Amino acid sequence: MQHYSGFGLLKHSFSHHENWQRVWRNPTPKKKYDVIIVGGGGHGLATAYYLAKEFGVTNVAVIEKGFLGGGNTARNTTIVRSNYLWDEAAHLYEHAMKLWEGLSQDLNYNVMFSQRGCLNLGHTLQDMRDIERRVNANRLNGIDGEVLDAKQVQEIVPVLDCSDRARYPVMGASWQPRAGVARHDAVAWGFARGADAHGVDLIQQTEVEDLIIEDGTVVGVRTARYGEIRADRVGCVVAGNSSVMAKMAGFELPLESHPLQALVSEPIKPILDTVVMSNHVHGYASQSDKGDLVIGAGIDGYNGYGQRGSYTTIEHTIQAIVEMFPVFSRVRMNRQWGGIVDTCPDACPIISETPVKNLFFNCGWGTGGFKATPGSGHVFAASLAKGEMHPLAKPFSMFRFHNGALVDEHGAAGVAH
Amino acid sequence: MTQKNRLQDGGRIDRSKALTFTYNGKKYTGFEGDTLASALLANGVDIIGRSFKYSRPRGIVAAGAEEPNAIMQVGATEATQIPNVRATQQSLYGGLVAGSTNGWPSVDNDMMGLVGKVGGKMMPPGFYYKTFMYPKSMWETYESFIRKAAGLGRAPKENDPDIYDKMNQHCDVIIVGAGPAGLAAALTAARAGARVIIADEQNEFGGSLLSSTELLDGKPAAEWVADVVKELSTYDDVLMLPNSQVNGYHDHNFLTIQQHCTDQFADRAPNGQVAQRYHRVRAKWVVLATGAHERPLVYGNNDVPGCMVANAVSTYINRYGVVPGKNLVLMTSNNNAYRTALDWHDAGRNVVAIVDSRKNPQGTFVDAARERGISIMVGSGVIEAHGSKRVTGVSIAPLNDAGDAVVGPIIKMAADTVASSGGWSPVIHLSCHTGSRPVWNDDILGFVPGTTYQKQLTAGAINGSFTTEQALAEGVSAAADALTHLGMTKKDVVLPKAETIEEGKAMALFHIPHTKPTSKAPKQFVDYQNDVTASGIELACREGFESIEHVKRYTAMGFGTDQGKLGNINGMAIAAKMLNQTIPQTGTTIFRPNYTPVTFGAIAGRDCGALFDPERYTAMHAWHVERGAKFEDVGQWKRPWYYPQGNETMQQALDRECLATRKSVGILDASTLGKIDIQGKDAREFLGRVYTNAWAKLPVGKCRYGLMCGEDGMVFDDGVTSCLAENHFLMTTTSGGAARVLSWLEIYHQTEWPELEVFFTSVTDHWSTMTISGPNSRKLLEKLTDYDVSKENMAFMDWKPMTVAGVPARVFRISFTGELSFEINVQANYGMHVWKALFEHGEEFNLTPYGTETMHILRAEKGFIIAGQDTDGSVHPFDLGMSWAVSMQKPFSFIGKRGMQREDCVRENRKQLVGLKTIDPKAVLPEGAQGVLDPKAPIPMPMVGHVTSSYWSANLNRSVAMGFVKGGLDKMGERVFYPLADGRVIEAEICSPVFLDPKGERQNV
Amino acid sequence: MFHIYCPHCCEYREEEEFHAAGQSHIARPLDPDACTDKEWGEFMYFRANPRGIHHELWVHAAGCRKYFNVTRDTQTYEINEVYKVGEQPTVVANAIQSK
Repeated sequence: MQHYSGFGLLKHSFSHHENWQRVWRNPTPKKKYDVIIVGGGGHGLATAYYLAKEFGVTNVAVIEKGFLGGGNTARNTTIVRSNYLWDEAAHLYEHAMKLWEGLSQDLNYNVMFSQRGCLNLGHTLQDMRDIERRVNANRLNGIDGEVLDAKQVQEIVPVLDCSDRARYPVMGASWQPRAGVARHDAVAWGFARGADAHGVDLIQQTEVEDLIIEDGTVVGVRTARYGEIRADRVGCVVAGNSSVMAKMAGFELPLESHPLQALVSEPIKPILDTVVMSNHVHGYASQSDKGDLVIGAGIDGYNGYGQRGSYTTIEHTIQAIVEMFPVFSRVRMNRQWGGIVDTCPDACPIISETPVKNLFFNCGWGTGGFKATPGSGHVFAASLAKGEMHPLAKPFSMFRFHNGALVDEHGAAGVAH
Repeated sequence: MTQKNRLQDGGRIDRSKALTFTYNGKKYTGFEGDTLASALLANGVDIIGRSFKYSRPRGIVAAGAEEPNAIMQVGATEATQIPNVRATQQSLYGGLVAGSTNGWPSVDNDMMGLVGKVGGKMMPPGFYYKTFMYPKSMWETYESFIRKAAGLGRAPKENDPDIYDKMNQHCDVIIVGAGPAGLAAALTAARAGARVIIADEQNEFGGSLLSSTELLDGKPAAEWVADVVKELSTYDDVLMLPNSQVNGYHDHNFLTIQQHCTDQFADRAPNGQVAQRYHRVRAKWVVLATGAHERPLVYGNNDVPGCMVANAVSTYINRYGVVPGKNLVLMTSNNNAYRTALDWHDAGRNVVAIVDSRKNPQGTFVDAARERGISIMVGSGVIEAHGSKRVTGVSIAPLNDAGDAVVGPIIKMAADTVASSGGWSPVIHLSCHTGSRPVWNDDILGFVPGTTYQKQLTAGAINGSFTTEQALAEGVSAAADALTHLGMTKKDVVLPKAETIEEGKAMALFHIPHTKPTSKAPKQFVDYQNDVTASGIELACREGFESIEHVKRYTAMGFGTDQGKLGNINGMAIAAKMLNQTIPQTGTTIFRPNYTPVTFGAIAGRDCGALFDPERYTAMHAWHVERGAKFEDVGQWKRPWYYPQGNETMQQALDRECLATRKSVGILDASTLGKIDIQGKDAREFLGRVYTNAWAKLPVGKCRYGLMCGEDGMVFDDGVTSCLAENHFLMTTTSGGAARVLSWLEIYHQTEWPELEVFFTSVTDHWSTMTISGPNSRKLLEKLTDYDVSKENMAFMDWKPMTVAGVPARVFRISFTGELSFEINVQANYGMHVWKALFEHGEEFNLTPYGTETMHILRAEKGFIIAGQDTDGSVHPFDLGMSWAVSMQKPFSFIGKRGMQREDCVRENRKQLVGLKTIDPKAVLPEGAQGVLDPKAPIPMPMVGHVTSSYWSANLNRSVAMGFVKGGLDKMGERVFYPLADGRVIEAEICSPVFLDPKGERQNV
Repeated sequence: MFHIYCPHCCEYREEEEFHAAGQSHIARPLDPDACTDKEWGEFMYFRANPRGIHHELWVHAAGCRKYFNVTRDTQTYEINEVYKVGEQPTVVANAIQSK
């Protein structure tokens, strides 16, 4: 793999950047792999990268129906944080956070992970109780966090309206300084480049039409473009399509796929330095390095695979943002879009064995997938390598919806992010 | 300064109305009818901004929504600042203050330009992914520089003084665009009597006809436009919206329109007027007549001020009477653009040459150019513009047939303006918003709308029908189609005769080759705003970014505020060529709303501040306000939180309220409690199914507490339900949960058990509820009623109808404080009367109003839970130690029964709600504190549960708390530790949550 | 933004008046106590979630408060039909595919 650095840029500028290597190959798939990963989004690519790099499984293919990182990786609002309430979720997201902190160097690809901090605002007494509860749990779990009062919040975000003018005045917030944002596309590309360098075949524009299952065991996939491709183990990481894929394997998942919309303003000069989220007023915002205010809120209430939602959701989101940040009223919304999020009843993911042997699913991240990308990939890779779920993944079995051991993170996911 | 580029006559500006405006601190003059852009060009302003990455000087390129460069900061005061206004779409008004958004110390002499020149070589697409990684600690420093360099305009620092309106509209047909196609469609639909909305982004209707010299029926096209507008204005059912951009096209024919009401014409809206109005339109049929944007060609240094899109030059000449230069070179791949050379020539300026990439151009306009003696250089292209702050000349070279190589010697010519045209791209954006994929059309070299599920029709240039004649005809036929679908009858529409124009075949040309390879040639810009060049796109493809979405994302092409209106097709063509594919194989990008940026305030409308969410008040709210109550938001309700007196602290007020209540009598406004009236012969059966306990035997006149669970067995609400009559119950819910409980009841009744005869009515707002609580509450009540409220006649958990303070009341003897309590319910409009009457008679008992906080303390002393505070959706009644409220023997398997018996719900060591008695009685545990068994354990510490409720109890002179502890119900007397953020560790003993009067004697008197 | 025909009010109203309430035709088991944990979990949580024709429950929340069924394509968002609770759809996935 060609090493990236400032010096490299300088060197290549003398040859007019004509000699940069391809970031990844465009291989024709082999007949058989040790592991096939269906889905070339951030999580799938991270899985492939860690499989090859950490667990020595290099005979791996990632099969992607479109282009790499083209699903929710390309459509999210890039927030990374790990201040989850329940131990199981907190440990998983903190595992991801630790990987994020060294990711650019590990991948030799600048994913622009920017630890600008994240405020989760409280507007009611119950909000503040929940914030205390979560921050205390985080602290004892080794996750950074503080409870701030309205005055401290105001100091961190001068443009936030912390006055009593607001319908629901800000009472305080939780503050995770290590939280932040990352450049979403770069995450997919960095993992893809790293996986490719370790020998993983990245097969784009190839749709998996069926899973090949013999005697209750998955043995490969059938694709439109290359026919059958065999594998010892298959991991499905197909957010926005998980239920469809599960149906191929003959089972249902406890998922509903919903539109999740987001929007950006036109780029403006730096004005918002951290991520600000409010469950109660129902909106969140950060500012990208390019200057766009990146804004989102909750999912649309109906199932939808259309990568678009209803206008009222956008309308309510903007209302929330202008309510929180009155000085943004004259800023203008440039563009909106929608992703498809697979939501679980307990707002936590499924990283799991399935009723089909050697078939594993990693799905149901709902609105919280991007921030988990490296952690999700790492624990899924460990599970695929050993054929046995990683300890951090075990609480997220799909079978928890049978025995009732749910991990209810609705409080953390009240606003999509 | 004089308007050196202004023509003496012509155009749609009013030269009698001069307008003064300020740009970058200097005063200029324009005319009414100008845009900010046309006025700047009239004044000879060349540089209007600096580019994002390389800080290159930039000028105005286009004349409409597609303009990438002329992005201005507008606003005369701090509060009225608007970032990123497109000068080409901003009407000029007197006193307008504008400035460019980049450039230091000024746009004319930008220091960053040096950095761009020197460092630019190191900034190919995606350079930031390849660097700034080492040392890791430096990233934040690098990033702060990146952030400072980025962004265009700035947000104001003060709150917006303007107001914005919304309006819901319904119509038979909405026509988007009021050019020839749109106007013809509107006329056709209007004459048939349809309800029509026609909206156009420009300040007047006419579209392309406003800037054209074309004749209709032998007269200037504008005359036909005026006639149509006049006729349309006579129809009551036609709404004409100029200055109105249809920005989003959503499912089921829902469209949004941003109408500029006053903000196009004033720094801020005149008093009482709205700045913008947002129309939310539901249309039966949609006719998209959105026209087309001309594509510039991509050539070396094509961003030097003076390089423009051909049609924009014509627009400035014909519509605004501005010729933005003296010596023009026109480069084209098609006939249409010849009009620009004709316009320039006819305005009395010099056309240096027409450079046509085709070998043998023919047609009406070509002939007209030859007649005027304009030099035409065929089979050639402008490979490079010269100059830095303004074009000074061009290099022209012969091209091969494919247009991808220079095949002859370079000719240099002096010129100050280069107009270019690579053909027209239909404005398909809105058609893409609903998920429809556009289709490439080889005949017109552009994408046209694909199949759609919407009731959508298209007319004119959006279909690639570029002549006025075609546009008019398609406008009529689209409207006729809509009328047929609507069952309406089309009336005659006689179209004006357009000029017959002989068009030659256009050449598919996007990127003009240079003598040097693209990577070494002078920069050839594709997306001006994001500094995306042809070599950047080629580099992306070489590096393996082969999907057009990858190319876009890697280079940032199309991510500007213009969203790639000018550049995207050119970029795709360059990528396609690099990848040896056709453009349709390379794919297109999907346009998303908005078509052009929309003010946040306009979308939010008036729904902020007090109108963000309705505030709900009880009938006694004014009394609480007068009494100086502090309020708490509970759902939408404003509830009194506590009533401080004098200089009392909150704790002092609470202590006083708590003591007074237990000592004598206190009063709580409990009107916000949800109340659902339940009637029907199966009401009792229904209650038995939705509550966890038994209801079969509750007699008339009695009340009972119940827990409500989901199918998973987890508690989600609780409350007291009373039997009013045999088939009539009144259910109460938590204040915040009322709506949810009602829909819960409804969904089960309507979808699972429709056979049960039962009816639910929300009566929360019908009743005012005041709870008097304390040993003297009976005495107080007796002052206001003749009814016998003695223990004998009205036992605990009885309710009785009676007259209180002269009005009919339902009085419930239930208690959430553990004291003797009466909950008095009267019709809401009597609420204030009864409340005041209670106080008139309450003085002798020191009747004390208390708020939600004291209510919380009093109930916590008694160990009563609050659903939502002591529950979180993950606990079942057994976890709460409330097995007494669950009847497993009921014949019907009530909601929650099966769920609470799942494997994980019956396992050992679940978190259970217990009382927590701090070892130090003065220490009050913070709510939300997390308990551990070993406070010295290393992080991550195993946690056993959190504190849900915790207060200082003045009555007990110690703290009281409840919380969850793993297996807590079996751990009475054991210790739990709460390590706090400040380093303190509070130790508590697990106990019963009932701290006061465990036998319940106080309420049973 | 859907335009939804309420079969009880008998008119088209804006989506804002309605709430989606999940997949239709999920009957509560008649004898919950006889269900295994797996069966009960499947009743509560496991859903078809199809890409394409979907039968879903909506409530006219800011209208008549009645629940009813909508057959809708989750990809194109077209509403194929609405029908009352207790009725069966006439448009089903296979019929669409065979068209």
